[in-house]
Amino acid sequence: MLKYLLEKEFKQFFRSRALPKMAVIMPFMAMLIFPLAANFEIKNINLAVVDNDKSVTSVKLVNKITSGGYFRLAESAATYGDAMRGVELNRSDIILEIPSNFERDLKREGEAKLFIAANAVSQTKGGLGSAYLAGIIGDFNKSINTQLKDGAITISPRFWYNPRLLYTYFMVPALMVMVLAMVCGFLPALNIVGEKENGTIEQINVTPVNKLTFILSKLLPYWIIGFVVLTICFFVAWFAYGLVPAGSLATIYLFAALFVLSFSGFGLVISNYATTLQQAMFMMFFFLLTFIFMSGLYTPVANMPDWAQKLSIISPLKYIIIVLRQVYLKGSGFTDLLNSFWMLSAFAIFFNGWAVLSYRKKS
Amino acid sequence: MTHSTPHKISDTPAISCRNISKSYGKVNALHDITFDVQQGEIFGVIGPDGAGKSTLFRILTTLLLPDTGDATVEGFDVVKEYKKIRKIVGYMPGKFSLYQDLTVEENLRIFATLFNTTIEENYHLVKDIYSQIEPFKTRRAGALSGGMKQKLALSCALIHKPSILFLDEPTTGIDPVSRKELWEMLRKLKSQGITIIVSTPYMDEASLCDRIALIQNGSFLRIDTPDNIVKSFGNRLISVRGENMGELLKRLREIPGVISCFAFGDSHHVAAEKSSNQLNSLTADTLAENLKKQGYTNLEVKNIEPGIEDCFMELTAK
Repeated sequence: MLKYLLEKEFKQFFRSRALPKMAVIMPFMAMLIFPLAANFEIKNINLAVVDNDKSVTSVKLVNKITSGGYFRLAESAATYGDAMRGVELNRSDIILEIPSNFERDLKREGEAKLFIAANAVSQTKGGLGSAYLAGIIGDFNKSINTQLKDGAITISPRFWYNPRLLYTYFMVPALMVMVLAMVCGFLPALNIVGEKENGTIEQINVTPVNKLTFILSKLLPYWIIGFVVLTICFFVAWFAYGLVPAGSLATIYLFAALFVLSFSGFGLVISNYATTLQQAMFMMFFFLLTFIFMSGLYTPVANMPDWAQKLSIISPLKYIIIVLRQVYLKGSGFTDLLNSFWMLSAFAIFFNGWAVLSYRKKS
Repeated sequence: MTHSTPHKISDTPAISCRNISKSYGKVNALHDITFDVQQGEIFGVIGPDGAGKSTLFRILTTLLLPDTGDATVEGFDVVKEYKKIRKIVGYMPGKFSLYQDLTVEENLRIFATLFNTTIEENYHLVKDIYSQIEPFKTRRAGALSGGMKQKLALSCALIHKPSILFLDEPTTGIDPVSRKELWEMLRKLKSQGITIIVSTPYMDEASLCDRIALIQNGSFLRIDTPDNIVKSFGNRLISVRGENMGELLKRLREIPGVISCFAFGDSHHVAAEKSSNQLNSLTADTLAENLKKQGYTNLEVKNIEPGIEDCFMELTAK
């Protein structure tokens, strides 16, 4: 019986115009486009240098600036006017002008002036870029001074698990969760509400098919599709970013299964209360947005105000995002993630229990 | 009939309903409904939209729980033994409820499979109906015309060889030819021993049923054969046609001896008391005279035989 119902679901899935395409495109979008679009960090700012001094110190300064990875030396211009033309032609974003007596002034008077001009059309590149540049120069300034004083302490931070503090590494595992939530939480719920709206569920209800078989026939296809999509995500992350989990894939699959169970339970609850697709969509978006902003997907939970941190425990997304980030970046194993395991299990029991109870109440 | 179903051996009524009531919040959808449907009859539930027909059908097909009262279908309780009932009834909801994105054949196959049978096994049951849509079996159900959709829905409701067929407004929104065909099919199914309970808002379909129940505001007004219901019409019925029908209706209601007067298409049906007292009695002739005195011309006044709709109006007026 279940076999035929599953066959029907797959037939309907592959026959619909949009769904199969979406299922393939979504992991690529989520993995390739979203991390770039949601990227706040600045890299490869094109720098034009007008070095009027051409001394050892000025060359050292330019080397230091361009070796950090944030700035790329786009051109070395002879005059400020030439550099400005480069900005106008969009070849460079920021101009650094070093005055002719830079080294001499620095050594003799312990003070020298630099000129920074930024193209503010691109706010992040111009604004943040010049701030970065000022920072690097400040650093450089200190390093010259510390050469004079012995034993001065310099701080060199090291970013564990994500040494280059790459935003993509941070986002990609979390975005995998989003894809999974959409496919396994939304689609089956919308499918059931769709049958309600069309009245086809009535026709199924008068057959001897029992409720559990019917619901399984709705969930199983999307669980399968969800895991296929998740696997595609793993490969995309590997090929596009060279990102492979530091921990084991088995841990990820285990937690993903638990998350899928709890989130499809959440979908079922919504399908019990909604009678039309419009209602279901609206409820879904309301809760999903809440869950996302409480989950630490964009802003770390620890950065939230106190009340928001307390509220964040209601988001199942939070726990699975923690799991994916930790397994991917830190290589955490199952025992390190016990808290998330219990929380996700609790969500699975809570949502599915609620789904069963709310269903009983209606019939 | 070559196949005999085990349920039919006993003479328990196909459907037995005792004091069924159901309300949605403050709205009383069904009030104290009691009736029996005998094996092998076509039972019509006739009444306007919102009278409670669909609610009754949904209770009997185990889709809805009654608030109070008991009902059995083929002897099985609709609440406790709903699983047994689901195996033996066929239900065609008022709204087309098949999968529009699946083909004609796929729909039929799904419903056959859900009842643990195959199209081939029960093909003889649906042959008359299904053969008409079989040329389009690879077409998606959503692309069928209204009449063809109805035939497919009926095929799907029949494919598991139900002993009782519930048809909720099967002729609503269907062209007259398809309507006629559908009733012919129901006759054939009856001859194969299937009990049919059908609801309709069309009073003219009443005569096609073996027995009917007239329903209004969640209550049954009368349950009987269509003939008996017509015979029990207690008044004389006069049809009046003329100019300025709107005003005529008001005037007719003011004439002494007129019990009720309703607009029926292009004429007014006047129910008049059948009194033994000749002086008070209103006939077509006396009524025509009365109207002429009031200045009406071009009148057509005649005695007519009552129909089910006249009886329905008489019953609702009480």
